[in-house]
Amino acid sequence: MAQRIDVKDLNIFYRDFKAVADIEMAVEPRSVTAFIGPSGCGKSTFLRTLNRMHEVIPGAHVQGSVTMDGVDLYGNDIDPVAVRRQVGMVFQRPNPFPTMSIAENVLAGVRLNNKRISKGDAQDMVEQSLQGANLWNEVKDRLDRPGSGLSGGQQQRLCIARAIAVKPQVLLMDEPCSALDPISTLAIEDLIAELKAQYTIVIVTHNMQQAARVSDRTAFFNLAGTGQPGRLIEIDDTATIFSSPREQATEDYISGRFG
Amino acid sequence: MTTTAPEALAGNAELRTLLQQVDKRRHRKDRVMRGLIVAAFLLAVLPLVSVAWTVVKHGIERFNVYFLTHSMRGVFGGMDAGGVYHAIVGTVEITLFAALISVPIGLLTAIYLVEYGRGPLARAVTFFVDVMTGIPSIVAGLFAYALFAVILGPGVRMGVVGSVALSVLMIPVVVRSSEEMLRLVPNELREAALALGVPRWLVVIKVVLRTAVAGIVTGVMIAVSRVIGETAPLLITVGVIDSINYNLFDGRMMTLPVYVYRQFQQGLVPCTPDQANCIATVAYDRAWAGALTLILIVMLLNLVARLVTRFFAPKNLG
Ligand SMILES: Nc1ncnc2c1ncn2[C@@H]1O[C@H](COP(=O)(O)OP(=O)(O)O)[C@@H](O)[C@H]1O
Ligand SMILES: [Mg+2]
Repeated sequence: MAQRIDVKDLNIFYRDFKAVADIEMAVEPRSVTAFIGPSGCGKSTFLRTLNRMHEVIPGAHVQGSVTMDGVDLYGNDIDPVAVRRQVGMVFQRPNPFPTMSIAENVLAGVRLNNKRISKGDAQDMVEQSLQGANLWNEVKDRLDRPGSGLSGGQQQRLCIARAIAVKPQVLLMDEPCSALDPISTLAIEDLIAELKAQYTIVIVTHNMQQAARVSDRTAFFNLAGTGQPGRLIEIDDTATIFSSPREQATEDYISGRFG
Repeated sequence: MTTTAPEALAGNAELRTLLQQVDKRRHRKDRVMRGLIVAAFLLAVLPLVSVAWTVVKHGIERFNVYFLTHSMRGVFGGMDAGGVYHAIVGTVEITLFAALISVPIGLLTAIYLVEYGRGPLARAVTFFVDVMTGIPSIVAGLFAYALFAVILGPGVRMGVVGSVALSVLMIPVVVRSSEEMLRLVPNELREAALALGVPRWLVVIKVVLRTAVAGIVTGVMIAVSRVIGETAPLLITVGVIDSINYNLFDGRMMTLPVYVYRQFQQGLVPCTPDQANCIATVAYDRAWAGALTLILIVMLLNLVARLVTRFFAPKNLG
């Protein structure tokens, strides 16, 4: 299920503004890769290029290549919609569809695509996905209630359930806990630890402890100054990054000397 | 101020005075503004209540089942007869058909502007929608008349021409209100759906429109209410008739506003004493009852819209 992603010479633009420059990295399958770095260094921007969500923004484009198991995601014959089915995404703010019930939210990837599935399959999918997101026990009695009636942490796990219901290979998470309380955050972190057995996970986080807790590898991004593009400073095993990083900037950032 | 029981006076006196100090000026201002706001509210409601009251008072006399179910066919002079059925048929058909034309065009334009439109074309569309908003209704009527005259020759009068005239007035209202509603849909929902691998057009239909549908329905209702009372363009394009015509595509039709106008225009009937059952004010009475009918139809439409809105509204904490 999980795939390896290789990024080469990637430059990312908003119109003519280069937001991220010269990214070169590999994301290992069945592992958690954390992106850390100061605000505005392009973590979200880079993350969104991994499932071609970046180009949804008018004027946004990329140069370079992102390959998943040897297939260039930006190749001419590649359909961005199909890419997004393989590379799921969880956003910073929980965003369940307000017009849908909890069950409908989980089924959104199927229903919104006008695909038909039998009632039994739909029920299985709802249960499996919610169980996969550690939410089943909390909501199994109110699957037909609106998803927006859940707490923030539950909503975020609902969004994770919705993302894994379409059975992606890779799961991208952009600061999934930054709008949540500590207990919900722990619930999500536990969930990430379970999910990595099946998925390749990339998570952006502002929280250094979180990166240390959940990730196997950590990438540190930085930018030289405002108006300058963000760059990847280094990527290594999380233990190495947090104990003996190669770059001084990484050490400064981790020890809280800036950012 | 609050009554101060003796024991309540205990505690730090200095702090007490600090907390008790009442800003006299602020209080005075508050009271003045409160008065002004209430006065403004009453001023705004007064004409509304007055209009409703006047229409009901004058219209209720002739407003009954007979009035609602009969046309003006064969009615003349001060006869105690005649109704508004043919005008209800005309108004409902012409307005519905106008909505049928305007809603798809207006909604698609709004979708284009919000979801796809960029650059000069979108700006041009916005500009022309703004211009359309200001078209006087009589001009819309002349336009529709001229359009059909080109195809069917001069002198055409039929329901569709009126519908086209009304839709010229409706489209900009529908575009504007739908556009606003679509822009209210949070971008996060679009992104959430796109990230699930849903193609853009399905995102627009199943997420954006679905989320905004309550507001769009309200906007359409406002547009309908805006045109349902139009008189001048219908007078030009649809004309006047005393009997029932169900066919939008053939011949003149009566509409409620035109009916009211015509009845009012007839004025007092010269009754001679030997005429039994001659009501001198019958035309005026019919005009008022017609106006009452129109108001009730608008209210009914609004009620339906409310129900639709409630049914489709995003569900919150349930
Ligand atoms: N929609 C956008 N349009 C233009 N510039 C953007 C947009 N989103 C982000 N940027 C710019 O791209 C840079 C990187 O932003 P972002 O990826 O959000 O950083 P991070 O997630 O690391 O805080 C910033 O300079 C930001 O101003
Ligand atoms: Mg970000």
